[in-house]
Amino acid sequence: MPADLMDLIIKALGETIRMVVCSMIAATVIGIPLGVLLVTTAKHGITECLPINRILASIVNALRSVPFIILMVAIIPLTRAIVGTSIGTTAAMVPLTLASIPFIGRQVETSLKEVPYGIVEAALAMGATPLQIIRHVYLPEAMPSIVAQLTTVVIALVGESAMAGAIGGGGLGDLAIRYGYQRFRPEVMIATIIVLIVLVQLIQFAGNKLSKHLNKK
Amino acid sequence: MIELKDIEKTYEGPDGDVVALKGINLTIESGEIYGIIGLSGAGKSTLIRCINMLERPTKGSVIIDGEDMTSLDAKALRDARKNIGMIFQHFNLLSSATVYDNVAFPLRLSNTPESEIKERVEPLLELVNLKDKAHQYPSQLSGGQKQRVGIARALASNPKILLSDEATSALDPQTTKAILSLILDINKKLGITVVVITHEMQVIKDICDKVAVIENGVISEKGRVLDVFTNPQQAITKEFISAIMPNELPREFSGKTISKEPVPGAELLVNITFIGDTADEPVISNLIKDFPIDVSILYGNIDHIKDTPFGRLLIGMTGDISAIGDALAYLRSKNLRIEVIGYAS
Repeated sequence: MPADLMDLIIKALGETIRMVVCSMIAATVIGIPLGVLLVTTAKHGITECLPINRILASIVNALRSVPFIILMVAIIPLTRAIVGTSIGTTAAMVPLTLASIPFIGRQVETSLKEVPYGIVEAALAMGATPLQIIRHVYLPEAMPSIVAQLTTVVIALVGESAMAGAIGGGGLGDLAIRYGYQRFRPEVMIATIIVLIVLVQLIQFAGNKLSKHLNKK
Repeated sequence: MIELKDIEKTYEGPDGDVVALKGINLTIESGEIYGIIGLSGAGKSTLIRCINMLERPTKGSVIIDGEDMTSLDAKALRDARKNIGMIFQHFNLLSSATVYDNVAFPLRLSNTPESEIKERVEPLLELVNLKDKAHQYPSQLSGGQKQRVGIARALASNPKILLSDEATSALDPQTTKAILSLILDINKKLGITVVVITHEMQVIKDICDKVAVIENGVISEKGRVLDVFTNPQQAITKEFISAIMPNELPREFSGKTISKEPVPGAELLVNITFIGDTADEPVISNLIKDFPIDVSILYGNIDHIKDTPFGRLLIGMTGDISAIGDALAYLRSKNLRIEVIGYAS
């Protein structure tokens, strides 16, 4: 493999990892509370509040209906307001985060709904507060499932980050398009695809391992 | 003491309101084991959940030691709930926590220091005989062991009341017996009031002092278990009892007519129930000696209702109609429960 190609791939891989890791962390920090609220404010939830539930659900649905490439361009003013620029790897993190928040919210919601209501009821019977139920029942009981779901989100982020090239975000996807496709260098295309496959395999493997380790069922 | 006053509970259903409980009145004295029995859908689960407000009654009040649970705000209700332990049919343990952590859970909710938690949890694990399983996860335990964890957890906050929601319904007969005797043991040792919900009369018979039979959201019969068992009034109660104590006539009577009126030459069938140690007089022996009749014993057994032994005897008396009448009057004069089945011919 030519040295220039190696450098290109390492640089692009670095950008991809940076985009995915940073967006994932930011999206998880907001997405998990969002998923919790979607469950607890729902009908018969521990802090039932249907108006809030409906508003959250509408926002989630609205965000999820916009294709990522359009979202990325549409929120350029917001991106500029948050990170000060609308071009580059850092700028790409804003739409990546924004697109992942509702995704994580829904995934976490699904995981929490799998927690048997009987356990929640037992905690209520012991005099637990809603916050204690979230901390000591919902999250630990659903954690293996949440980890499995978040693994899916990370992999989806790797895919979405390929579109970051559209706003100069760089990354593996961008490399494949610019060198492999536009400059007719199939070896770049193939090398990038191989790196992506390995990356996704590693993420899935790590996610499975962690989920299994946490699962005491 | 738990007092349920005029409890009503209505749910909003898709086809209008569903009435689960209609006007329940019940008083449960401190330290007793009170059983509530009913078929599924009778409202018993709703009723037990009204005691700790997991279900809020639509009407009526729940008064525990003078405090009306329905009037408490969220904070006061949480504090009140810490005095009421609860165990469940499906155990409802945290699958992600060890046995030790499950039992410690209610204490952690009250921010109890870890050293104090240890002092409380270890004797509890000993009480339920699970000390060696402290660091295992619920999935590694059998059903009976899971329920023992549930019981230890329910007792962790030193409650005055234990609510048992079908706690043995998912267990096999041997395990059920062991769990019931553990509940009985805890009731005696700690003087804790126990409310038991079940659909099995065996549970009522083995551990309860009093029983209420609930049907279609109404209590159809209630009283001391001994009285209800030996003298049931309602069809549903009789059905529950016959499930564990068959009350059928021996097979040879199946083709015969049973008449309530005296029939010459017929055999009078009488069920005699002896309760406690009332057998101070040889009743049957006297019956044969003092009256010109023949007595045959058709069926007999001895059983226990909680700690009270009670025996049942089905006898047939043949002879002169007036002599049978005198013999029956003699039986009725004794401290026994007599049920005349009829004249078989």
